[in-house]
Parts: sequence; C-alpha cells; structure tokens
Amino acid sequence: MINNQCWESVDAEGGQQMKASPGGYARANDLSHAMLLLASAEGMGRVLAGGQSLIAAMNMRLSTGDMLVDISRIAGLSGVTDQETTLHIGALTKHAEIGASPLIRKHAPLLAEAVTYIAHAAIRNRGTIGGALAHADPAAEFPACMLALGAVLHIHGSDGERSVAAEDFFQGLFETSLEEGEILTAITVPKAEVNERQILQEIARRSGDYALAGLCLVRRSTGHRISLLSVGSTPVLARNTMVQLDRGDIDGAVAALREEIDPPSDTQASADYRRHIAGVLLRRAVAQSRGDAA
Amino acid sequence: MTVQFGNPDRPNSYIGKTVPRPNAGRLVEGRGKYVDDINLPRMVHVAFVRSPFAHAKILGIDAKEARLVKGVLRIFTGADLAEVCTPWVAVLAHLKGLKSPPEHPMALDRSCWVGEPVVAVVATSRAAAEDGAALVEVDYDPLPVVADMMTALDASTPVLHPEIGDNLAFQRLHEEGDVDSIFAIAHKVVSARFKTGRHTGVTLEPRSILVDWNPAEGQMTAYHATQAPHMMQTVLAKHLDVPESRVRVICGDVGGSYGIKVHVYPDEVATAAISKIMARPVKFIADRLESFTTDIHARDHEIEAKIAVDANGKILAFDVDDWTAIGAYSVYPRTSAIEGNQVVNLCGGPYDFANYRAKTTVVFQNKTPTCQYRAVGHPIAVAVTEGLVDMAAAALGLDPVEIRRRNMYADDGYPITSPAKMRFEGLSHHQSMDKLVELMDYDALRRDQAEARARGVHRGIGIASFIELTNPSPFMYGIGGARISAQDGCTVRMDPDGSIVALSGVTEQGQGTEAMLSQIVAEGVGVLPSNVRVITGDTQVTPYGGGTWASRGAGIGGEAALRSARALRDSILEVAAAMLQADQASLDIRDGHIVDAESGAGRMPLEELGRIVYFRGDTLPEGLPRELVQTRHYITSEYPFAFTNGVQASYLEVDVETGIVKLLKHWCVEDCGRIINPQLVDEQIRGGIVQGLGGALFEEIHYDDEGQLLNGSMADYLVPMAGEMPDMVVGHVETPTKESMLGAKGAGEAGTAGAPAAVMNAINDALRPLGAQVTQMPFTPERILRALGAIED
Amino acid sequence: MTKVFADRIDIDLMVNGEPVEARVPAGQHVIDFLRQELGLTGAHASCEHGVCGTCTVRVDGASVRGCLMLAAQLDGADVWTIEGLSDSEAIRDLQEAFIARNALQCGFCTPGMLVAAEELLAQGGVPERAAIREHLSGNYCRCTGYEAIVDAVETVARQRAGQVQA
Repeated sequence: MINNQCWESVDAEGGQQMKASPGGYARANDLSHAMLLLASAEGMGRVLAGGQSLIAAMNMRLSTGDMLVDISRIAGLSGVTDQETTLHIGALTKHAEIGASPLIRKHAPLLAEAVTYIAHAAIRNRGTIGGALAHADPAAEFPACMLALGAVLHIHGSDGERSVAAEDFFQGLFETSLEEGEILTAITVPKAEVNERQILQEIARRSGDYALAGLCLVRRSTGHRISLLSVGSTPVLARNTMVQLDRGDIDGAVAALREEIDPPSDTQASADYRRHIAGVLLRRAVAQSRGDAA
Repeated sequence: MTVQFGNPDRPNSYIGKTVPRPNAGRLVEGRGKYVDDINLPRMVHVAFVRSPFAHAKILGIDAKEARLVKGVLRIFTGADLAEVCTPWVAVLAHLKGLKSPPEHPMALDRSCWVGEPVVAVVATSRAAAEDGAALVEVDYDPLPVVADMMTALDASTPVLHPEIGDNLAFQRLHEEGDVDSIFAIAHKVVSARFKTGRHTGVTLEPRSILVDWNPAEGQMTAYHATQAPHMMQTVLAKHLDVPESRVRVICGDVGGSYGIKVHVYPDEVATAAISKIMARPVKFIADRLESFTTDIHARDHEIEAKIAVDANGKILAFDVDDWTAIGAYSVYPRTSAIEGNQVVNLCGGPYDFANYRAKTTVVFQNKTPTCQYRAVGHPIAVAVTEGLVDMAAAALGLDPVEIRRRNMYADDGYPITSPAKMRFEGLSHHQSMDKLVELMDYDALRRDQAEARARGVHRGIGIASFIELTNPSPFMYGIGGARISAQDGCTVRMDPDGSIVALSGVTEQGQGTEAMLSQIVAEGVGVLPSNVRVITGDTQVTPYGGGTWASRGAGIGGEAALRSARALRDSILEVAAAMLQADQASLDIRDGHIVDAESGAGRMPLEELGRIVYFRGDTLPEGLPRELVQTRHYITSEYPFAFTNGVQASYLEVDVETGIVKLLKHWCVEDCGRIINPQLVDEQIRGGIVQGLGGALFEEIHYDDEGQLLNGSMADYLVPMAGEMPDMVVGHVETPTKESMLGAKGAGEAGTAGAPAAVMNAINDALRPLGAQVTQMPFTPERILRALGAIED
Repeated sequence: MTKVFADRIDIDLMVNGEPVEARVPAGQHVIDFLRQELGLTGAHASCEHGVCGTCTVRVDGASVRGCLMLAAQLDGADVWTIEGLSDSEAIRDLQEAFIARNALQCGFCTPGMLVAAEELLAQGGVPERAAIREHLSGNYCRCTGYEAIVDAVETVARQRAGQVQA
C-alpha cells in the first residue's frame, strides 16, 4: 500500500495509468551480486524487496524506468536472532514473521503490536521490515517504532558495512540516509529491560488504514522515548515531550508534544486535529503504561 | 387465475421461499464472465489521455512520440470521433427549464473537468496504450474554474457554458399550503443546515466495455457492464447511426453497479465509435484512478431546512432549500436534475402534514458529472427530514419514537397524496415502527445507554423512518422524452424435455434477479426452480426492457415473468387437455407433471407433452394452438411509482476524545410488498445499509478550489470495510401492491435511504448532553471533535 | 539499457499444481499474468494499488495481493488460484457456505475473499466474529455489507471444529 501524499501528484499530472513501466528487472543471487547490479544500473537502480509500496507506486507510474534489483531471494537477510543484549532482524523479515516471532514478542513487543496495525494480512505476508524502513513513509508504523526503540540500521554498500542510528536514518519525506548503491540489510533493537513498557497507540478511520496519528511510548530505566507517526514529513522523536514525561509532568508533556510536531493537513484530517489527537494518544499511552505496570 | 400467496401449502409454492441463486455456484468457483474476462480475435485496447485541468482550452495535440510506441496502432482526437458519432443533450421535457449543452464522446476544443477524455490511444495491449498515452502532448490554456456550488450563480462567477446563459441547470420550487404563515405562528420552529458528501459508487469491477463492429454484417456487438442493455442498444444505435436491430448489447456478469452503470459515459461511447472506425473489437476497462474521476458522482448537496411543530409535537410544516452541483454536463439520458427533484419529492415523506415548501437549485461546475446513484436523493431527503424531526423532539422533550408515532400516516388511511404530491397506495409506518421497537428492545437499549453514560461512555440511538420510490412508470423518464423503458418483458418457453427457459429484460447485477425470476417462473408454470433456466442481458435475445434501476426488477420484471409463466401454463394445459381429453380447468401442473387439480394424481410428465408437441405434432388436433412459448410485458399504470416504507435504527458509541464513531448494531424494518426470496431481500437491505453507513461515516470526494480531485484512490476515498461494520437485524412488514398479481415492490435502495439519517441521529443523541450536534456528512472524527469544541485552531 | 537487466524474464513455476513456463514483461504484475497469459480469470484486477483485495491469490502458502507482486518474482513459486482451489475441492465447504448464506452478490470480490478467508480458517479454531472481520478487512465487498460473509466463515470454522454438522 502506498501513502496518500503520493496521490495528489497523480491527479495534478492528469496521469491516470495503472500499468507499471520499469526499465528492467534482475534477480540478485546474493548481496555482492545485488551490489554489482545496482552499480551497473547507471543511477536508475531500485531495490525491490517485498514490493508492497514500490509496486503500487510503479503501477501508478509514480516511478517509471527503474532498474529493479530483486533482493527478495537473497539468503541470510531474513529472520530474527537473539544477540544477547539486542535482537538482530534481517531486512527481508516479513511483517507477518515479525508479528509471529516469539523473540520479538518477548524482547521487542512494540514491533509485534505494530504489525497488527500495518495494512492487512496479505500485505503483511509479503511486506518486509527493511522495505518499510527504506521507504521511510512517515505514516508507517515501523519507522516510528525504530525511533522509539533506539534501533540501529545496518547498511551494506560498495565500501562495506556501516551502521546508522534510527534517529539519523530518516531524513525527509520518503528520504533516508541510504546512498545510491546501498542496501539496508538488518536492524538491531535493544532487548526490553525487565520492567520496560512498550506501547503503541494510534487512531485510524478504518482497520489497516494509515493512522491519522500514532504514538509509540517506550519507558525504560533511562527514561521515556516517545515517537510519532503521521504527524510530519518524517517519523518524529518527541524529545521535549520525553523530557517532560521524565519529570512526571503529563500536562507539560502534552503541551510540549503539541508544540514540537508540525503535522500535515490532508483530506482525512487537518493539522489541528492531528496535533490535538497526538496529545490524546500520549495521555492514553501514559495511562496504559501505568495501568499495566500496576 | 391468481396465485394463492396466503396459502403456504399451495402447490409449487416457490414465491416467498429462500432458494439458492443459480449463478452463485459459478461465481464462487471464479467462473464468472465479466467483460474484462472476454478476449476476442484481433481485439485492441484503448487508453484515454484525460484533462489534467478542470477547465481549459485545448490548443493543440501532438501525438508524434506516442505513435512510435511499440504496439500503438491509432490515436484519435475528439474531432475524429465526432465524424462518426453525434453529440447528445441530457434534458427531460418534464423537468421544466433543465438545460445542458451538447456533449461529445471526447472533448473537442475545451475540457470541462479533470478526467474528461481528450485523446484516445489504441494499442495491442492496455500497457502499450498507456505507454502511448503518457507520450501524447496536449497544449492546454487553463480557463477560470467554477468550483464552489453556493457561488455558482453569483454574477462574479464565470459562466461555464456561455451558450446556455448561466450556470443554472435546473430549479424547481414546490409549494403546498401556507408555509410562511405557519412558521410565523408555530409553537416551535427548528432549523438546521445539512451537507451530504460527494460520493461515487466504487464498483469493484470498474466500468468495462468491449465493442465489436463487424461491417461485413453491419452489426455492432457490445459486451458491456451495464444495468440497462436495451437503453444502451438504443443509444449506440442512435448516435453511431446503426439500426437498433443491428446493435446487440450483451451484459454478462457485472461486478457491482449501484446505479453507476446505468449511465452513458463518454469514454464508453468513444470505444464504440473507435470500433466503428477500426472495424475490430476494442476493449476499454477503466482503471481505478479513472474510476474516481469519471464514474458519476452523487449526493453533493447543501440544504437549509426548517420544521414547524405544535406543542404536542404535531408537524405543521417543512421548508427545504436544497442546492446541488452536478459537474459540467447533465448526464445522458437520465439527466442530473433527478436527484434534486427527488429531494423535493421525498422530504417529509412518512408524515401527515399540510404545509410544504421545497426548492432545489441545480448548478453547473467544473467537476466530474453527478447523476443517479443507489437510492437517488433518498439519503438526503431522509437525513433532512429525520434530522429535523429529532431536533424538534429534543426541543419539545419528546422521545424520538413518540414524535414519529404522532405524525406518521395512519396505516389504514391509504390511498393518500402527500404535500409533495406523491401518491401512496398503501404503507405501514406504524406497524414497521412497532416491529422495530420490538426487535431492538428499545427500552432496554435506552437503559444500556443511560448506564454507559454514567460510566462516561457516550452511546446514542438514532431512528429514521423513510419512504422509498420503486417500480417507476414512464413518469420518471419516458414522459420527458428519454428512450428509457419503464415496461419490461419476459418470454417463457418449454423445451421438449419439459425444462423451462425464461428470457427477461431485467438484468442480473448480483442482487439475485435470476433466482427471483426462476422462483416466479417455477411457481407460475408449475416446475422446480432448478428446472428454470433464466437468461438476461442480451438485447438480441430477451424482450425489450428497462433493466435494473429504481428497484424495479422484482416489481416490474417479476410481474412480466409471472404473467408469461401463467400464459405458458395455460398453453401447456390446453395441449394437455386435448391430449388427455380432459377439461382444461381440471388439470394443473405440479413439479413438472400434468396432474389432476383436485386429487393431485399424476396424468402425464411435461417431457411426454413436449415429445408429442415438438416431434409428433401430427397426432394433435389440427387447430390446436401449440405455442409452448409465451411473452408478456408489464408496465405500471395506476400509480407513477410504488412507494415502500421502512424504519431504521442505529446504536453507536462516540469516543469524545478522538471523535471516532463505533457502530454497535443496526436495525431495519421495511415493507417491500410481496417478498419473493427472503434471504435475497435481507441481503439487499444489509448491503444497502452498509452503503448508507459509508456515506454517514467515510465517503466524501474532495476537490480543491481549482477543481482538482484530491482523494481519487481507494486509499483515500474510504468505503466501508468489514472491520467497522456492525451486525444488522432486518425485519419485514408485507403490504403487497394491488397493481400487480405478484404484489412486489422494490427493496434495493431502502437500506441506503435510511442508514445515514439513523447514524446522524444516533451521533447527535450521544452528543446532545454535551451540547454538540453534527449535520455535515460524513461524520468524520474531526467534524465530531469540532462540534464538541475540542480542537484548538 | 544495461544488459544485466531484462525487460522480459523467464519464469518456471507451478500454478494450481501444474507446471508453467513463461516469459513475462518486467512490469507485469501477478494478476495480469494469471489472467492474461494463463486465462485464470477468477481473481480480478480492480484497484491495482494494493487496497481492494480482489486480486488475492495464494503464493507459496500465503495470501498475497496479485497486483503488488511482479510475475517476474514468481520463478520457482507455487501458486494457487480460485480455479485450482475449486478443482481440488480444497475449499468446497467454504464455497458451499458462501452459496447457502448468499455471502456474495456480484461475485467480483469473491475469489479473493475466499482465499483470504481460507487463510484464517487454516489457522484452526473458531475465531470470534471480530477476528473474522479484522482478517477480512483487507478485502472490499461493496455488495453484501460483509455480515453474510462473516456468517459463512464462522459457520465453516464451526463445522471444521466439529461443533456443527456440515
């Protein structure tokens, strides 16, 4: 599925086409093959994983002429593994697998909860976490979860591996710090502490729709981490809100939150509504975190 | 000879029973045949270049690049098609003053809405046609846009079609009694401003047509996803200059219609024109983005209305000022003035009152044309009426059920003529209300509501009574000059083995027409429903008829089927009497056998009669009629329409912090006259309710000030999905129409008519203690929070 | 165009238990491939942007949107469509329940709806009505209002759990 921000340009162009027109397709056998393919694509390379956002965009010809590098069959990029203090999640791990993973449920329950909000079963069967993060849709759940969890994203490029903190990864609307020719290969998230609370609250008009606004709350011994989706051009880490919450000032946190986000208006809701609802979600998340702890 | 409907033990008693649909088995196995499933030899595909501007001069078209695309065969402009296709003007003589300019299948020198077809690219595949379309360069000079409905008639607003003078398409004022005096002296006057969202149908099968012009035999065959094949036959014949007898419209499986597929669409006529030029099959399947900008829209109304009541809650008067904007052209051939006209006809419908004023103002604008969509005008009129009735009840401290009981027409007072001059043959408002109150256990629900409120949970109950117009006579379209048949026909034939084939002019859109007809014919002839094969949707095979619209299939098509079936029965019995040397009146047909009517003793299977008539006719008396095929047509004549009635209720919960509405349950009691298949009627009601719930909570086309459609995708135009919909309880009262033997009225639109008003009243019931009220549909979370004053601007 | 990228791709797969070899355009999605190349017109293309669910088919054991997967990605896959699921009688009980309950009207969404419903039923047990609604929330039906579909799925779940007679 694809975010509504894309559509308006469709209509403005008057383009009303539904058949994809990529430049070509190649299936990568392994990571180095994928690198080679991307390098040979003369700037038109596009990584195809689960395709749940990319193929919709291609069908609508929002993206044409791409040289598709299909990484979906590359072995070793999928699955969740326990690495003592962190969980390692392969980029090709499908949403449905994350939702069903006992490791995720135990050590990063926020992600399992997020899966229940992502679109619908058939999308979750095919969409991958790496694809979702690389797509960097500000209305998607996983990017905001990465911020709340303080995840690290692992990137493979022609110069080898590099790792980027989630806070540095999301740069703009559908923009990340991935450079041309790079592939997101894995994510590591810290395992939840014994008393850690991870909560996702969101408001959508229909089940599986993009949220009008959503909020992740992580409460650890080091303090709160609050992130939001659907309230800006990127997923947002609400730092001032976190400070207020750490002080125990809920009203202050709500005020700070409404201050530090700059939500969009679209046909579903105005910025004012989203700003208002973000505060409601924060109160609900805090109440839930306390209620559950009691 | 009449059917003893009152006797459930009568022979061949299939009318009134739940019988499975004969076509369902095919559809669950994926064996349906929709237009896009059909591929013909030498078939080509067309894709349209559409106007990206709401209003623009077309200065030039450059298709050089497009022609070079592999697979692209031909490219057509509006002028090219105008050479083989005449334009149309969508007006009706009985809608006095209605005007609209001539419309061509593709824009000539000016485009008038975003999505209007401008250039057609024909290629060997849809993908290649799209590749070509992407390369067509059209030079546009944007013109000023008429976007806003309420300022469309202002002097400062540009006139969209200068040749017709102004932006007013149609206006009608109806006045009965002394409205102003009553409002001046009434005990209580309540007024409100209502808005209904601009909707579109979102048929899952997009609009689809495959046209095959064969010049060698001079025949045009159109495989078309339509509700009105004979109307399309007439339209294609007229505008493409082919005799009607040589236009064959075949309507196989149709993937959802709801009124969307009963209209003449420019791109579909263009497809036929292209086939006529290229002399080969041309397929056009609208893609989803095209659907949003080119399927008709509907229901974009703004209404200022008031009600006057006395101290006892007796309704004294309604005053309704309705505005709607219909896009750039009135839609052919039904016109786009009908919806506003219906609002005038239907407001106040269930109630006995004397003073009525209603006015509709229908204006042009640079948006997708609007036209008739399921329950045309009803959801608007019911929302206005029922919203005001609830507000009046609240102002008087009356219970919503009680105020309705004090005002609904008495069940024994028919026939009656309403202040809107609608004639009601027989309705059952009080019986229906009693049944609803019982089904929903109204008092228990009120207790639950109070209990929830004490916990800070805001629940509401909403009631909406309604009338529904069905079984239309020529008063709807024919008298205005439209070649739209209100009559329908059926041919019933016995084959040699005694099995029956019925050919009907009404069509199957999934509502169960074929099942309904098979039951009627089975009962009418005296065979098992499984022994009746129903054929619909082929203009060279079935009798001429109107098709599916205005809930007429069962009432009109069903009656034609019953009459032809009874006529065939008589023919069979006449032959049987001669063969058996018996008195015809002493014989009957039951389960495919000639029997002795009195004792039920078998005399002869139909198969034996068929063998003799078809193969040994020499053994029958020379003068004996031997037509084992009969055709009958039926049209209503005593009443212009057969009105039905019903009442709905919604129970819901409003999250006052987020504005989200959760539907808890929904009820509907309706009276569609004789019920032929209870399950099919119930499912029509349920499907209709959910379409109405979509209008109440989700559906709304948005445009910006430049006439750009902002939410033209399925991700942005929200329709009801499984997760948010409630379970629905459906009940019935049966008041058959006496106009026909069958007594059936329509049921296809009742659900949609009443559901939005029920939800509006339930939300307002929940919000009333908080001092908030909503009247603008859909009731989005944001609109609810704004009504509550919860959002800081 | 760079040679390593192809605009026609050879694929070798199983469809409804039968081997298929094909050469497909790079941009062709699964539903166009099944419908146009293999004549499997049971599932439909409707929105082609992953929202409506009418194109839902089973690929390697899981329901997927046929419009959000490229035919080129089907190499080596095991695909089942409504045609194969009907022939094999794998969902006969579900189909019969849909007919008996009139859980379809126009039938356009039905093949996709059945694949989605079967995926839920295959998990076993008798799901709550809310869970059935949630699982089917990615499949539009514009005709029925969904209740009959939920009823039919619930009935089959009970039948399979041995709670009622088939």
